[in-house]
Amino acid sequence: MPDKRTTPDEIVAELRDGMTVGIGGWGSRRKPMALVRALLRSPVKDLTVVSYGGPDVGLLASAGKIRRLVFGFVTLDSIPFDPWFNRVREQGAIEVTEYDEGVFGTALSAAAQRLPFLPTRAGLGSAVLDLNRHLRTVRSPYDDGEELLAVPALKLDAALIHLNRADARGNAQYLGPDPYFDELFALAAERTFVSVEKVVETAELTEAGPVQSLLLNRSSVDGVAETPKGAHFTTAAPDYGRDEAFQRHYAESAKDPDKWPAFADRFLSGDERRYQDEVAKFHEEAA
Amino acid sequence: MSPTRADVAAVACAELFRGDGEIVVSPMGLLPSIGARLARLTFEPDLLLSNGEAYLVDTDGVIEGWQPFRKVLDTVVPHGKRHVVMGANQIGRHGDQNISAIGEHSRPVKQLLGVRGGPGNTVNHRTSYWVPRHGKRVFVSEVDIVSGVGYQRAKGFPYHDVHRVVTNLAVLDFGGPDHTMRLVSTHPGVSVDEVCANTSFELDTSAVTETRLPTDEELRLLREVVDPNGHREREVPS
Repeated sequence: MPDKRTTPDEIVAELRDGMTVGIGGWGSRRKPMALVRALLRSPVKDLTVVSYGGPDVGLLASAGKIRRLVFGFVTLDSIPFDPWFNRVREQGAIEVTEYDEGVFGTALSAAAQRLPFLPTRAGLGSAVLDLNRHLRTVRSPYDDGEELLAVPALKLDAALIHLNRADARGNAQYLGPDPYFDELFALAAERTFVSVEKVVETAELTEAGPVQSLLLNRSSVDGVAETPKGAHFTTAAPDYGRDEAFQRHYAESAKDPDKWPAFADRFLSGDERRYQDEVAKFHEEAA
Repeated sequence: MSPTRADVAAVACAELFRGDGEIVVSPMGLLPSIGARLARLTFEPDLLLSNGEAYLVDTDGVIEGWQPFRKVLDTVVPHGKRHVVMGANQIGRHGDQNISAIGEHSRPVKQLLGVRGGPGNTVNHRTSYWVPRHGKRVFVSEVDIVSGVGYQRAKGFPYHDVHRVVTNLAVLDFGGPDHTMRLVSTHPGVSVDEVCANTSFELDTSAVTETRLPTDEELRLLREVVDPNGHREREVPS
């Protein structure tokens, strides 16, 4: 049995310039932030990032890693807008493919099912069609004859996902209330890398939650990195919730070009251990 | 104590759901959430309330269903047994809504959330809007980026159903000529002229009434059960 345990830096070393990288989670929820932080430290660039966007998008934008973003929204949930995302958009600094959030999932589903496209009503009549001239419609071949949007498969070179538990072989589990679209990201990708709060023995997985919580089996997982608090400052329920104080600090720093260098220097210039240590100190100072 | 503007707006939001029965309501934002709970506690007891996360919850917060985001987009939205109330940074005369960005899409003056679920919601099930500050920058002749689809663009779409817009001043629908926006009622103390002066396009004002006042029981529920801390008063100052 292969042992797929690895580290964030080794995972990021597998990525190349220009790749299409899907990032799991939703908004500021269960984002693979330790993997994103490793990407920030790496030389990889010109990425097409595919994300139900949260601070993963903002941080990657801050470091100029994104050439194109495929998205339906970018939000920090408890804070409506990510300042870095808004800045790069308002500067016209990144290309975007903007989909309805359902169209986005349909595109991943098509890739996961190895179909060229899947039909949907979502997007018809809206700016999704005006802004994405590559999109085509298709007419139902049945008596209804309805015209539908033919959403092209959105294939990923790699998917980055954060879950609660996995075994060393790559069977991976979420323990929170929502799987988001992580399974589709994994199936749409050539290679999938999962960071988890804790690597455990296989038998422990079904002790921690019902068998339905085993979201990914090892056939679709290429690497597992144990990264405690690896989703920080987003949620990883039930292990921890969002770090609202730190998120506010991120957003305030990101909003102010004079404040950002200090934030980046303190939290993003070192390795993951340094990040987590500085976050702990940040909370001590605030206490 | 007489009802405040916020009380009236909350009841107008509750009225959005009258007749909806046993469907999922997804109220985005404070006043729609208050309205949905009020409706469920009074005249629409069968409503299924989404908590904005993975749960369906009753008015006491008891979980009665599982509805993660993927299930919403794969099945609940296209199945159509849902009524969403979204916000609108811009809304047009035919009901086009924008929450994506202001200005040119390639380089917006102001980036907003993105189109989110607006395109899918509006072609699949009943959709309403809540606008806490009724003004000319929101009620525009033409929205910059169409997120939610209005009546002109939705001609021939089988499930398009944009229901109403509730604001801090009024209730509007699309019963005007050729499905244009119509002023249904103004809140007590608001004139038709005031609403028109805060709208960039011509409104049908042929049959305007006054938004109904809360009943004594609705006022009690608002003040004691649904929003005892009065958050609604901050969103809709009197």
